[in-house]
Amino acid sequence: MNAITTTQPLVSIEGLTIGLPFGGDRARAVDAIDLSVHRGRVLCVVGESGSGKSMTAHAIMGLVPRPLKVDGMIRYGGENLVGMPAARHRRIRGSRIGMVFQEPMAALNPVMKVGKQIEEVFRFHGVPGPHDARIVALLEQMGLPEPELLRHAYPFRLSGGQRQRVMIAMALALDPDLLIADEPTTALDVTTQKQILALLKTAQAERDMAIVLITHDFGVVAEIGDEVAVMQHGRIVERGLVSEVLGNPQHDYTRTLLAAVPRLEPNPSTKPAGAETLLSADRVTKVYASRSGFFGPRREVPAVTDATLSLARGETLGIVGESGSGKSTLARIIVRLLTADSGEVRLAGVERNLLELGHRELAPLRRRVQMVFQDPFASLNPRRTVFEIVAQGLLAHGTGRREARRRVEELLDLVALDPAVADRYPNAFSGGQRQRIGIARALALEPDLIVADEPVSALDVSIQARVLKLFSDIQHRLGIGLLFITHDLRVAAQVCDCVAVMQRGRIVEMGTSEQVLFEPRHDYTQLLIDSIPGRGMLSAHTGSRAK
Amino acid sequence: MSFLKRFAENRGALLGLVILAAIVFVALAAPVLSPTDPWATQGRPLLPPGSDFVLGTDMLGRDVLAGIIHGARISLWIGVLSTVVAVVIGVSIGALAGFFGGWVDDVLVRVVEFFQTIPSFIFAILLVAILTPGLTSIVVAIAVVTWPPIARLARSEFMSLRSREFVEAAVLSGVSRGRIMLAEVLPNAVSPLIVMGSLMIATAILTESALSFLGLGDPNRISWGYMIGAARTVFRQAWWLSVFPGLAIVLTVLAINLVGEGLNDALNPHLKGRIGLER
Repeated sequence: MNAITTTQPLVSIEGLTIGLPFGGDRARAVDAIDLSVHRGRVLCVVGESGSGKSMTAHAIMGLVPRPLKVDGMIRYGGENLVGMPAARHRRIRGSRIGMVFQEPMAALNPVMKVGKQIEEVFRFHGVPGPHDARIVALLEQMGLPEPELLRHAYPFRLSGGQRQRVMIAMALALDPDLLIADEPTTALDVTTQKQILALLKTAQAERDMAIVLITHDFGVVAEIGDEVAVMQHGRIVERGLVSEVLGNPQHDYTRTLLAAVPRLEPNPSTKPAGAETLLSADRVTKVYASRSGFFGPRREVPAVTDATLSLARGETLGIVGESGSGKSTLARIIVRLLTADSGEVRLAGVERNLLELGHRELAPLRRRVQMVFQDPFASLNPRRTVFEIVAQGLLAHGTGRREARRRVEELLDLVALDPAVADRYPNAFSGGQRQRIGIARALALEPDLIVADEPVSALDVSIQARVLKLFSDIQHRLGIGLLFITHDLRVAAQVCDCVAVMQRGRIVEMGTSEQVLFEPRHDYTQLLIDSIPGRGMLSAHTGSRAK
Repeated sequence: MSFLKRFAENRGALLGLVILAAIVFVALAAPVLSPTDPWATQGRPLLPPGSDFVLGTDMLGRDVLAGIIHGARISLWIGVLSTVVAVVIGVSIGALAGFFGGWVDDVLVRVVEFFQTIPSFIFAILLVAILTPGLTSIVVAIAVVTWPPIARLARSEFMSLRSREFVEAAVLSGVSRGRIMLAEVLPNAVSPLIVMGSLMIATAILTESALSFLGLGDPNRISWGYMIGAARTVFRQAWWLSVFPGLAIVLTVLAINLVGEGLNDALNPHLKGRIGLER
């Protein structure tokens, strides 16, 4: 594996440039980059959204969208892939170079059995059949259970991790020399991510293949990479061995990015001692029932089971768990966008159980509990100005327009946005700025409690760090209670005083974040902690306490 | 503005817009362009086109051109008015069904289905016959048979928008449900509704012509469908009596469809597949 200097690289990219159409935010998506990868090595291309990393991967595959122009050289097997006739490229693509995409559900054909989809790869590349034995063997190698049965299943029957394994099986079907993986684990839970990364690593070692892995996560780089290239604005700012770049970053941008990666390290609790309880939930239970067809059997899916928690004024309670653990459902029950089947939710100063209140009785209480949403694009109405978005609650509760205007300007200032932007529409803002607008909207009614549902998971790390800081600043200043939903334990460690871990609708462990994240008692919590990518490597280099 | 630019890029839509503008102009300026009464006898009956009368005369010696010019008024007026009524009914019912869901949705969807199961043209004939032919009854009949597809479209738009996070945020801010529907959801649902409404004007014009052809039009106003219907007995002797009003209908409907398609492409640019793979 250390034959780097002696052999020819498998793929070498020289001066690759991809132009963007006129009027884009920059002239080139990828600007004269050089890269190379050798057989048996994993090259990670890391960068934030819009850095051109995906475009680079697509250029190797010849999948750059039509109006964009590609220049430069991509040498592979003595040929230049740039400007190669499509028919020729197609023969290389899929057989010599395989690709795995981010979203396995979108990349698989939903109305075709997975075995057939793998078979297509063989058929299109003219491999004589029958292929059954090869397909089964391939699925088996991918660690999928009962491959004989599974190959007759449709994609929707499989879990996210299983779908990604099928995608990898397709990409590896013809034993390619090079695998390009574009954010292959971003849509997956941490525990699944760990398994998929391990699978890629084994598959690579068995076939002596090269992998180009596109990611935004330094954790993944530390976990699987041999070499890393850091991209910013279409240029490569730093290249080298993973241990060198992560241990001793040379470029400022790399340093900033590494510093922004949240770390699993204890955070001194700032919880005011003896504060009054603001919110308490007692044995909240919610079951989703659906019926397939008119006479079909009723299907019941428990979303939240017996969830009990409490939150004091000025405190931050984190709810962590994987997708489908019921954390978002619990959040929506607490803000009463949903109602529960049984249980109690109480808010300080309100006599009755919130779950029993009707639409009209809730109206005056709405202003005390506000929410910040996950998706900064879906959570702002594209047809309304920032002023209208932030002021909607004020206006609905009878504040005058002039007074509302003044408040909105104050709020925008509080979330570090220029108050002059109030008359612009959301499309003028980046993801991080939109999330700030969302926070300003939640703060407008001076709530006692803010429920934040994955507020930073759609943001780049550097922006993530700033938004998290904003949350803690605001909390210190205003003393509100914060219920922070996240799938990322590292983020929870940074901002939460207390943490509750959810698994399949139940809270399996709850306590102060120091206790839960550093001396976990439940196996599942331990599993989540062990699954954090690149944990040992990243924290060792910064000298923080690592297990 | 990029919307206008995208619309202008579509040659068909521009052509449609030009034709439509011309027809609207003719309709508005009818009293000036043809000051005489279209019902009045002007010359000898069944004169072919090209003589004293550009498009000839009918069996009672009435000017065909004057009939077409004045007929444009009624066709466009009924098309626009009945579509507006249908859109108002359809959007209100669809919005309520899609936004509230549950039993409200069940009940309203049954109502929509009830209207959809009746063959629409026969239903329209029946309504006009019961209400006695006239401008109002035709508008009502066309609106009553055309609102269900609008309701379905509005319902699906409202359903998908209702669960968006910005709507949830408005609920949490204490904004009233009526205001959420009008100010938050409707503006985001409006572009497919505009496209469908514009195409419905064309259907309404066709329906009006068909009703008039059957003699169920407004007896006091000349219309293209009435002219074709009246000419059918002398079709073999005097082709110009049915061909010119027929062309007027074709041209108007075509122009409206072209504009509707252009609106669709301009309002939903992502559906047009401007970005494709290099092959």
